[in-house]
Amino acid sequence: MIAGASLQVVLGKSFPPAEDSAGFDLSVEFEAGPGITALYGPSGSGKTLTLDAIAGFITPQAGRIQLNGQILFDAGTSVSIPPRNRACGYVFQNYALFPHMTVRRNLAFAANNLPRLERHRRIAELLERFHLTELAGRNPRELSGGQKQRASIARALITQPKALLLDEPGRGLDGQLRAELYTTLLDLKALSKIPILLVTHDTEECFALADNVLLYQNGRILHRGSPVELLRNPGSAEVATLLGDFTIFSAEVLTLDPARQISTLKMLGQEFNGPHLRGCFRGDRVTLCARPEELRIVGKPGDNRIRRVPLRITERPQAVRVDFDSGLIVDIPRDQWAERPDDIWVDVPAGALRQISK
Amino acid sequence: MPTLDWFPLWLSLEVATIATCLSAGVGIWLAWVLANRTFPGKDIVDALTALPLALPPTVLGYYLLTVIGRNSMFGQAWESVTGSPLVFTPAAAVIAAMLHAIPLLVKSTRAALESVDHDFERAGRSLGASEWRIFWRVSLPLAKRPVAAATALAFARCLGDFGATLMIAGDIPGRTQTVAVAVFDAVEAGNTATARWLVLAISAITILLVFLSNRLERRRPA
Repeated sequence: MIAGASLQVVLGKSFPPAEDSAGFDLSVEFEAGPGITALYGPSGSGKTLTLDAIAGFITPQAGRIQLNGQILFDAGTSVSIPPRNRACGYVFQNYALFPHMTVRRNLAFAANNLPRLERHRRIAELLERFHLTELAGRNPRELSGGQKQRASIARALITQPKALLLDEPGRGLDGQLRAELYTTLLDLKALSKIPILLVTHDTEECFALADNVLLYQNGRILHRGSPVELLRNPGSAEVATLLGDFTIFSAEVLTLDPARQISTLKMLGQEFNGPHLRGCFRGDRVTLCARPEELRIVGKPGDNRIRRVPLRITERPQAVRVDFDSGLIVDIPRDQWAERPDDIWVDVPAGALRQISK
Repeated sequence: MPTLDWFPLWLSLEVATIATCLSAGVGIWLAWVLANRTFPGKDIVDALTALPLALPPTVLGYYLLTVIGRNSMFGQAWESVTGSPLVFTPAAAVIAAMLHAIPLLVKSTRAALESVDHDFERAGRSLGASEWRIFWRVSLPLAKRPVAAATALAFARCLGDFGATLMIAGDIPGRTQTVAVAVFDAVEAGNTATARWLVLAISAITILLVFLSNRLERRRPA
């Protein structure tokens, strides 16, 4: 049980197959405390649908949604609080700022239920906090993407929501604006102790912002945990594939040494030293994965090294990504890549290998 | 040249103005109900709303006579309250005109309301606004141009009604004779000069209204 503010969600919703779409089942269960919980996964996995159910825009067929102990929805007793009484701020993917109102009037629309003086104070405070004071008289079409984003978050916060739902806030923003958004959201997290749900399919956004990640696929939560935990232990080949950057190895167990917590594996056609493998016997086939930054490129053969030819080189902000055949992905610092040897050997340390299935 | 009697034109403008205002109230409300609510019999209400567009005007006039005529329950109630019958009065002409204006307004307003991005309405709901407030402050302002265009067309339609107006408001010169009826009368009586001037006046007004309506439809807000 999470102390303080908490959003508890159990929901089920089925869409039968139609002429132009396959059927879809959403069935998820989670609890989100104060801080940012990312709903991460590919498009069409049910992330936005979850937000819509929490906000009350769609009615699930099963489940229960509770916010700070208050029932927002309960299929069993047919309770469904109207969206306007749910106290869930919603930041839409397209911002949904009313185009016929200025920024100030957009905020005033949201502040309508507050007493007059409080309304003015709160609008001024949020305009200030989100650096919108100068832009208060402008219409949304006169704002940049980042300004619209801030105005949309400010508007959602006017009503002092008990939870904030953000649907892909970073979508369509370039590097600089994205960095601004991250700062805004991290400040928000520090200031307001409410659950913030963030829908995203961007790994970077997820890892930069989230305290907890719910990994969505096909209407289910495949895995959950902190970003670091997910990277350390993706748990399944499916999750590793979703997280994108892992090299996945299929291996045969040759020897096991429980005393020294090591193993010997046959993969990519040669022998490698591996970590201790839980629940395995000699001859078993296992799937392992490794992060690209934990693999290295060296110029000499040796233990746990395999000779490979680079297939594709991609420049990334922090490093150079090198894709080899057999799905090997390695991230190396730019200067090391510049001084790379002629013959390349990929070093796969035993500690970088994580078992994801037997 | 004999003096022209412009009364039919003024009466038509008056009838059309009142009928359009009343129809806008009823039509926009009905459009909102049809666009946003689900209730049993919605399809029937939808079909009934569109029916006056398809039925011959004289048939509509006949129905109206049945509902508001002197022998009908409504007609008798009206007469006992106001002391005079409803049929063959300018008020009856307003009712006849409304019957044409409402379907036009409902159809166009409904389409306009349904074309408003639902995220705006959802945003309104998540910000704690009532459905009424969302309608007045968000949906209707966002749909105002097509709704105004439909209102201009409805006004033009009200100006030009003949069949139903003739059946329930009659052809009483100086009292219930609207332009359309007066033109018919003038042609029947061989008074071509009167007919020509009235035709020219009503055509000019209608062209202006259609032009306005088209302009409003075309220039949608960004």
